[in-house]
Amino acid sequence: MSIGADSAYAVSPQRIGGMMLRYWYLLRSSWPRLLDLIYWPTVQMITWGFLQYYITSNAGFFARAGGTFIGAVLLWDILFRGQLGFSISFLEEMWSRNIGNLMMSPLRPIEFIAALMVMSVVRLLIGAVPVTLLAIGFFGFNLFGLGLALVAFFFNLILTSWAIGIFVSGLILRNGMGAENFAWSITFVFMPLTCVYYPVTTLPVWLQPVAWALPPTYVFEGMRSLLIHQVFRGDLMLDALALNAALFAAGVFGFLKLLQSARRHGSLIQTGE
Amino acid sequence: MCAMPGFPPIAIERLVKIYKTIPAVDGISFTLTPGSITGLLGGNGAGKTTTIATIMGLTTPTSGRVVVLGAEMPKQRYRVLHRMNFESPYVEVPMRLTVRQNLTVFGKLYGVENLRERIAELARQLDLTDLLDRPTGRLSAGQKTRVSLAKALINNPDVLLLDEPTASLDPDTADWVRSHLENYCRKRRATVLLASHNMAEVERLCERVIIMKRGRIEDDDTPARLLTRYGRRTLEEVFLDVARSSGVDSEAAQ
Repeated sequence: MSIGADSAYAVSPQRIGGMMLRYWYLLRSSWPRLLDLIYWPTVQMITWGFLQYYITSNAGFFARAGGTFIGAVLLWDILFRGQLGFSISFLEEMWSRNIGNLMMSPLRPIEFIAALMVMSVVRLLIGAVPVTLLAIGFFGFNLFGLGLALVAFFFNLILTSWAIGIFVSGLILRNGMGAENFAWSITFVFMPLTCVYYPVTTLPVWLQPVAWALPPTYVFEGMRSLLIHQVFRGDLMLDALALNAALFAAGVFGFLKLLQSARRHGSLIQTGE
Repeated sequence: MCAMPGFPPIAIERLVKIYKTIPAVDGISFTLTPGSITGLLGGNGAGKTTTIATIMGLTTPTSGRVVVLGAEMPKQRYRVLHRMNFESPYVEVPMRLTVRQNLTVFGKLYGVENLRERIAELARQLDLTDLLDRPTGRLSAGQKTRVSLAKALINNPDVLLLDEPTASLDPDTADWVRSHLENYCRKRRATVLLASHNMAEVERLCERVIIMKRGRIEDDDTPARLLTRYGRRTLEEVFLDVARSSGVDSEAAQ
């Protein structure tokens, strides 16, 4: 079946570019928005960096596991900031009461999602690159030294963050700004379960299958394997990718269903509380 | 360019929209002819906004059909959304962006060709040239309304839906906007559905008036015939007659 220009699934680079331009204009016009992208990751990295510095000077095992804390902080930030970057761009439309304009324009939901995905990466890079450079300067931890492994980690984490961001955006479209808090807090559900700072074996046995059902768990295990044992676990990255494909598809499906439900319930006319 | 040959710009058949158990629109039908300006009147909660939102594909009908330029809404909306546009007090253009940035973004979303020239042309027509590089949020209410109107006209729409287009304007600017809308419709043969509480505006612009109450069409005719039928001198008096006819306040009825 071919997709015609009139189809809901026909994608126009011009419309996606238009939406990216909209978010770029917004970022450019507001220094607090830009500062917000950098300051919290910096604070977090410095706090955890000093903690790691203290531990490595007092414990033999952690001395060998150099960089796992800062590495975990930086990778966690990719997941968290990726989702937040997606959700905040979406929320900007709700805050500015512009969502009706977009929903009544020829912009397809899939194009809207694509623009939000690209902007989440742009926002992430604006925040992450300076912080990563600071980590080199302060603690001698070079995240870029992970090389190709970093690409695999990044790709898997950003996929998870998009899947979460897409689903949360659907929740807000359907339920209004009452659901906004999910955008700020939902990723933290993943923090204890995806074993950001400790191995999966730390969890009770009954909880471990839940952890292994979540793609980021594979990334954080992979990071520890690389930093502690100097072994890159490609198998873990492939497992994460397969789970991410399912999670992303579920996120998009959920978004489209929630949008459909919002049209049915008239939620798109009244997008307040 | 107008409606597809053989198709009216807007055709609504027995449209029903129920939110939970409350009927917002209760079995209305009407068809608009190409190049016409039609007023949609009704008290708060009469169903005007739901009707317009359904025409734009923003809400799904509970039953009935809405066909715009030959496309069934909301199912086939992407066939025609680039030929439609709207202005409503329920939505705003982003306030931090300048007027030019906003028009650029919406121009790209609507696939407008020669966008720079189109923006310059609209700015000239709507007296926005000196405001193009100012953030929209720093404009006066009247200037913002003109920006919203520029957004609504950016794609030279064949079907234009307007909800209170002159609500926050001073009489002089409001009159100027009405003249602009009249000229636009005459030149483009565009079809306009205008929801308004300003009866003088409706009387001046509209060749047909649909009066809604509690989700139903109470009357539908030319302004002149309505005045004759109700034995009144102004549309405002007609509107009050209809609104008070059952002795129940139109808003309380919702």
